[in-house]
Amino acid sequence: MAYPRGGMALKDLTFRVAKGEFAFLTGHSGAGKSTVLKLIYGELRPSEGEVRVSGFSVGEITKQEVPRLRRRLGIVFQDFGLLQDRTAEENVAFALEVTGARLDSIAAKVTRVLTQVGLASKARSYPTELSGGEQQRVAIARALVNDPPILLADEPTGNLDERATRGVFQLLRDIHAGGTCVVMATHDLDLVRQTTHRVIELREGAVVYDSAETPIASEGIS
Amino acid sequence: MRLVTRETFRSFQRAPLLSALSVTAIAFSLFTVGLFGLVAVNLRESLRGLEDRVEIVAFVLRGTPIETITLATQDITSFPEVATVAYVNEDEALKRAQQEMVEFRDAYRDLRVNPLPASIEVRLKEGFRDASHVAQVAERIEGFPFVDDVRYGREWVERLDRLRNLAGVVGLVIGLAFAGVAIVIIGVTIRMTVLQRAREIRIMRLVGATDGFIRGPFLLDGAAKGLLGGLLAVGISWAAFLVFRRSDVLALQSLVFFETRHIALGLLFGIAIGLGGSLVSVGRHLRNV
Repeated sequence: MAYPRGGMALKDLTFRVAKGEFAFLTGHSGAGKSTVLKLIYGELRPSEGEVRVSGFSVGEITKQEVPRLRRRLGIVFQDFGLLQDRTAEENVAFALEVTGARLDSIAAKVTRVLTQVGLASKARSYPTELSGGEQQRVAIARALVNDPPILLADEPTGNLDERATRGVFQLLRDIHAGGTCVVMATHDLDLVRQTTHRVIELREGAVVYDSAETPIASEGIS
Repeated sequence: MRLVTRETFRSFQRAPLLSALSVTAIAFSLFTVGLFGLVAVNLRESLRGLEDRVEIVAFVLRGTPIETITLATQDITSFPEVATVAYVNEDEALKRAQQEMVEFRDAYRDLRVNPLPASIEVRLKEGFRDASHVAQVAERIEGFPFVDDVRYGREWVERLDRLRNLAGVVGLVIGLAFAGVAIVIIGVTIRMTVLQRAREIRIMRLVGATDGFIRGPFLLDGAAKGLLGGLLAVGISWAAFLVFRRSDVLALQSLVFFETRHIALGLLFGIAIGLGGSLVSVGRHLRNV
């Protein structure tokens, strides 16, 4: 993956994350974690090589197909990415509405997913009325509401205190336990050490460590 | 559609100041076009007033039987360019001259023989009052054997023609320039709206909204602002029109306002600009992010 003005953001990077797996992407700032995630959700295209996500080849899909790829993914960011003028439930419903979901099915789905993240009682609260941890839970609820098989989280605990971090991380683990594949980029090694999940460490755009014992079967992410 | 409408209302609610600014910018841009349009409409009205005076007068040879003239009059009436034909006999011509030329009234009274010839006065339909049509009709009338002479003020009609062409070209150029400036200003204000909602657009894309879906509320937003701006512009133009008409100094009491179809066209123009501006601004934004 090359930078637009030259230089390589990622180089000789090959790994495969299986269906239902939980994988950490770790590394220092600038190691390429976010770039990998952007390649997965089609914000960036690989300048070389192949990125395969849930049946889509990101390097080859047309611009019109990108929304279809993203509906197969849930994406969570460090800055939550919530719309400040909408309540928690409106933020979650928004993700369904913009994908053309049936209007009469939206309310039930929103309630179910807000309950899942433990925020049913704060459905009518605006982001400014919620703590950082709660805002991130709303963002996770929004990412989950379309029942995506893959959840991408880019430093989801980066802006949270320790307690909120634990809560959000546990939520992600619960989601994984429900069968969702979770790829979480983080530089919080304490968090990583708490679990036995797979760890892929990046340095200067290359994989320097992969805890997966099985040899690399094929390129890309499925 | 319900969702698009709701999002459009939300956009107005979320940024009332920016929305008001956009509507005002559109309104004043359209108002400048409207003001120019008012000048153009009134200029055209004045020209039409002048055109109404275009008349072909065919002087009839003395002694021509009235039956011949009646037949010829019917014939001329059937010309496609002709609106009205009037026959003025010698007596009427004299009477009219006495009324119109007061200073010669005594001279006319002392006449033993009426020196004025009878005439046929022909007025043309609107759209045929230009020099070439007038000349063609005059030539045809001159072809009648009983016609002594035909007058229609060739120079005057030709000058009117030039004035009309000049007004048309100048009007088109200035009108287009005003419209161009209006489009740029409106485009900029809509671009501000798009930038203000850049974060929302980004989130919409990340959750899988298609570009077509993202465009929807912006297009309706642009069209609504264009319509509101257009209505406001009509209101301001009406106010300006009243001020001008009431002004004693300018002596413009005979000013006319736009016809309903012109207002409808102006509103459609506002909607089109709003839609076009949104389409371009959102399109550019979606291509670049």
